[in-house]
Amino acid sequence: MFRNVAELVELAESQQIKIAEVMIRQEIEVTGKSREEIFAQMDKNLQVMEQAVMRGLAGVSSHSGLTGGDAVLLQNYIRQGRFLSGETILDAVSKAVATNEVNAAMGIICATPTAGSAGVVPGTLFAVTEKLQPTREQMVEFLFTAGAFGFVVANNASISGAAGGCQAEVGSATGMAAAALVEMAGGTPSQAAEAMAIALKNMLGLVCDPVAGLVEVPCVKRNAMGAANAMVAADMALAGIKSRIPCDEVIEAMYRIGETMPTALKETAQGGLAATPTGRALAAKIFGVSQT
Amino acid sequence: MKYKSVFDIIGPIMIGPSSSHTAGAARIGRVARSLFGRQPKWAHIFFYGSFAQTYKGHGTDVAIVGGLLDFDTFDERIKSSLQIAKQEGLAVTFYEEEAVPNHPNTAKIHIGDENGELELVGISIGGGKIEITELNGFELKLSGHHPALLIMHNDRYGTIASVANVLAKYAINIGHMEVSRKEKGKEALMTIEVDQSIDDAIVKELEQLPHIIQVTKIVD
Repeated sequence: MFRNVAELVELAESQQIKIAEVMIRQEIEVTGKSREEIFAQMDKNLQVMEQAVMRGLAGVSSHSGLTGGDAVLLQNYIRQGRFLSGETILDAVSKAVATNEVNAAMGIICATPTAGSAGVVPGTLFAVTEKLQPTREQMVEFLFTAGAFGFVVANNASISGAAGGCQAEVGSATGMAAAALVEMAGGTPSQAAEAMAIALKNMLGLVCDPVAGLVEVPCVKRNAMGAANAMVAADMALAGIKSRIPCDEVIEAMYRIGETMPTALKETAQGGLAATPTGRALAAKIFGVSQT
Repeated sequence: MKYKSVFDIIGPIMIGPSSSHTAGAARIGRVARSLFGRQPKWAHIFFYGSFAQTYKGHGTDVAIVGGLLDFDTFDERIKSSLQIAKQEGLAVTFYEEEAVPNHPNTAKIHIGDENGELELVGISIGGGKIEITELNGFELKLSGHHPALLIMHNDRYGTIASVANVLAKYAINIGHMEVSRKEKGKEALMTIEVDQSIDDAIVKELEQLPHIIQVTKIVD
């Protein structure tokens, strides 16, 4: 069983297999399930992600009314063709937003690694399909690759906003997506690890400060930026850029930052954006009372 | 390692909005229901830490009650679980606790009916994964990753051996086992995680052993 990213990369490179394959083999060993069974289960997750994106792109609105409809706005904007950044990036952003808008509306999603950060991995995956033309199998593999990196973070740091802040949720998802993008684009396992390191470094310190305690503001837009960050980090790693701080040490730093982060900034809705005048006013409006 | 499967990371499939506060909460409720063995008539639900601060926004309340009604994390009925509980005669009361728990996402569930009661403490550790840390005042650790047996028994010599013998007879391997008791000679609890799935017939056989009070099986 791999305990860190260094071991994961070593396992893949020494056997000349993909990171996705390392993850699949470990899953077979740990669960005793067959390869077909494991693949089918992941394919089901992929289907749920696909349906959530479709649903979000058609336009949803949350019960509180705080979020919804932004994925539609972005898709319309892309169609006008006068965007500044790039079509694939904006497509990833809109699909990440779509997923989290569905999540906020209490729709069905697949936690990746959590529900609040469920948009980044599918958002980037469904955005690059046009360019990379992956087979269905490769799309499922993308999720195993992302899962392998998430597995390391979950066991060595945290994927819980209440324990580690948003860096542990959207930060982890961003690193996972960046690594999986690199592998799908044909990069090496070490390049995938570099992408994860670059992406996660730029999410360090991100606090979890949900307005009114809802997984809406700023969660939906944090997934948007996580998707954009993952795309750029993947491109940087594919260009041959390396992180000066190794991936495992970035994860370790994320854990330590989470430990020292004040409770008010870890999913308690007591600090950050939740504690702004507008954040408090929205909470009072939604629940009919002011939250402390 | 807390997380063993890739599906702890990519998954679960669930009703939004929060894996820890919605899916995890539903799972804690469902474990309580499964340990109780039937739908309770009443439930007192205590929220601690982040659960206490944000349970309304995350649907933690509807999720736990959904779990008590035996709904899975992706069951759309979770959204209306409070009304369903009312219709089915399950009276629910929520409490926001001030005490600072060891884990920020902690819930205590006290459920019962005219035939019995059960109290359980669960934590939601992220990504929908949970741990049950306390049952009826006994501290315990259940990874939720392997089939498990919880055996309430009287603290008498030979009881543990008799349970192990039955498991051996059916070629069931024990991966992890803990025994705890409140007082010498009084009520005790065996927590056994095994590698194979446990047939209901085995549970029945275990229940008939001397000094065994109750056997509950938890399947991953």
